[in-house]
Amino acid sequence: MVMITALANPKRFLDFSRTVLPWTCAAAVILLGVGLYWSLFATPPDYQQGQSVKIMFVHVPAAWMGIFIYGVMAGASLVGLVFRHPLADVAAKSAAPLGAAFTALALLTGSLWGRPMWGTYWQWGDARLVSELILLFIYLGYIALWNAIDDPVRAARAAAVLALVGAADVPVIHFSVDWWNTLHQPASILRLGGPTIDKSFLTPLLIMIVGYTFLFLWLWLLRMQTEILERRARSLMMARGA
Amino acid sequence: MKAFTALLSRDMRLAFRAGGGASLAAAFFALVSALVPFGVGADLALLGRIAGGVLWVSAALAALLSLDRLFQADFEDGSLDVLALSPLSLEAASAAKILAHWITTGLPLVVLSPVLGLLLNLPPPAFGALVGSLLIGTPALSAVGAIGAALTLSIRRGGLILALIVLPLITPALIFGAGAVSGVFDETGRGAFLFLAAFSVAAVALSPFASAAGVRLNVGG
Amino acid sequence: MADITLVEVQNLTCERAGRRVFRNLGFAVASGQVMTLEGPNGAGKSSALRILAGLLPAAGGEVRFQMNAGYSVTDSDERARMVGWMGHTDGVKAQLTVLENAEFFAALYGARISVAGVLDHVGLKRMTAIPAQYLSAGQRRRLSLARLILGNRPLWLLDEPLSSLDAAGRRLAAELIGDHCDDGGIAIVATHETLGLDATRFFIGQQ
Repeated sequence: MVMITALANPKRFLDFSRTVLPWTCAAAVILLGVGLYWSLFATPPDYQQGQSVKIMFVHVPAAWMGIFIYGVMAGASLVGLVFRHPLADVAAKSAAPLGAAFTALALLTGSLWGRPMWGTYWQWGDARLVSELILLFIYLGYIALWNAIDDPVRAARAAAVLALVGAADVPVIHFSVDWWNTLHQPASILRLGGPTIDKSFLTPLLIMIVGYTFLFLWLWLLRMQTEILERRARSLMMARGA
Repeated sequence: MKAFTALLSRDMRLAFRAGGGASLAAAFFALVSALVPFGVGADLALLGRIAGGVLWVSAALAALLSLDRLFQADFEDGSLDVLALSPLSLEAASAAKILAHWITTGLPLVVLSPVLGLLLNLPPPAFGALVGSLLIGTPALSAVGAIGAALTLSIRRGGLILALIVLPLITPALIFGAGAVSGVFDETGRGAFLFLAAFSVAAVALSPFASAAGVRLNVGG
Repeated sequence: MADITLVEVQNLTCERAGRRVFRNLGFAVASGQVMTLEGPNGAGKSSALRILAGLLPAAGGEVRFQMNAGYSVTDSDERARMVGWMGHTDGVKAQLTVLENAEFFAALYGARISVAGVLDHVGLKRMTAIPAQYLSAGQRRRLSLARLILGNRPLWLLDEPLSSLDAAGRRLAAELIGDHCDDGGIAIVATHETLGLDATRFFIGQQ
């Protein structure tokens, strides 16, 4: 009786996700397997960077996912705010830690790649990496806000407003970092994943990106399932208490 | 309009009363700036080079310091309910509170900044840019900060989370603000000023709506 | 003062933090009437008042203000502008004096009556220069009552207005509520105590 009426819809979502889940998992495993083999063993080393260029195949898709997931999160937040649909709240909440993880992975692989290229793990001259660092902080703030507010409905609304404000700000941040970067660094600096990608790298890179996307979809659906079940358990507990 | 000025003057009065954050923020600004030489050494040439950036970072932290109470104090004593039910829209109320915060916190920082510039050996030609950039940029700090303050108003000890969510969002103000100061010696200062002004205008224009949304979702509870 | 002829509540359902507090609440209060909202702790009296005021969105159902002029209002923002509010917190700034608080309320609502007169009426005449933090809980309650008068709103929503008040304060509150309703106003009062007024009673939480 205490069950929120809106959980009726998530029930349909649970059915849907249970069917889709194994397929997204399989797609992620196969694509990442093929992509990793192709990119690490079947592509030639770069004439300048040698084998270390292959970090690109794990770095670039991770960086892309960091931004893509923020877009997904902001979209879900907008839907949650406008239509007050709990499933959208769950979707946004579940996406955030994944976005943060991919962004962190991008930073980690970026600095590992930077070491042989620049001779240092961190290079403020790379605007993309610096932007990703700030994106990671935005993710962390978003997650902290979710965790700090007990009432899930209120937490969802607050986090959604923050996600949308962030969505408006992220391009501005990127622009400002870019501007700052040209100010402090000569333009000739080697950029990660710059425009000079060998054609033979393109296909495995694309496979990796699609693989990462399926990995995200799989984990996302899984997290959403868990969150919905957790909410259900909580409201059952409260029903018993009432 | 009368309600707007009433809230504006009430908030300004509160900021200067006991427990208000106005003078505290200015003191914090001065203190952080004065501590920097202890961290980086007394090399005047180095201090002069980093003075603009240091002052901008301390100004941003000082502005944040008093922000966590911007809506929270009104939330705790029930004033926010009264405001939500007043003839003033929450958007206008947020705008009044942002303006009050800027007048009582941002403006003193602007006034104080040349003194701290002297302390940090800021090159003489850069003083105008320092004061100008803070004058243009501090409203953005109050405006973006108000969004964070509204979203965290129900959180006990929300100050840390406030800083965590607001600081990344105000990176552009920091970059363009510090860039405007260091840019007086080349062509880049002009661009920095324009971008800073654009960021500030956008922040001030949009913040009341986001802040009001934050207040609205919290007064329900 | 404006002019609500009827406050109508139908099938009102309230959820807090995903938990249902009450469901299918329905009542109507006409101009000139006082209604007390009674029920055990946690039944949702305060939540009901917040929903009526438009502060808290309802999970279901409708709140409708029938206006004198013939139309009716359901929008929460519009409803908010017709409500005189006294919550369980006083909405008083501790650092400001009694007079400063009252003058702020007057300016906020655009009140045209004398602030000093109102403070006199609620028995705070001699306290005007004292910061509100030095008032007793009952005196702060009286300052809240002054805000109700200055606001001059047609619908009063009061959450435990008698708490902390002494015998004279209770008489004052009852008198003010009575005057308000004699003027055609409406008062909905969440309380555990008897107001000493002719009021309809509505129970939440136990049928």
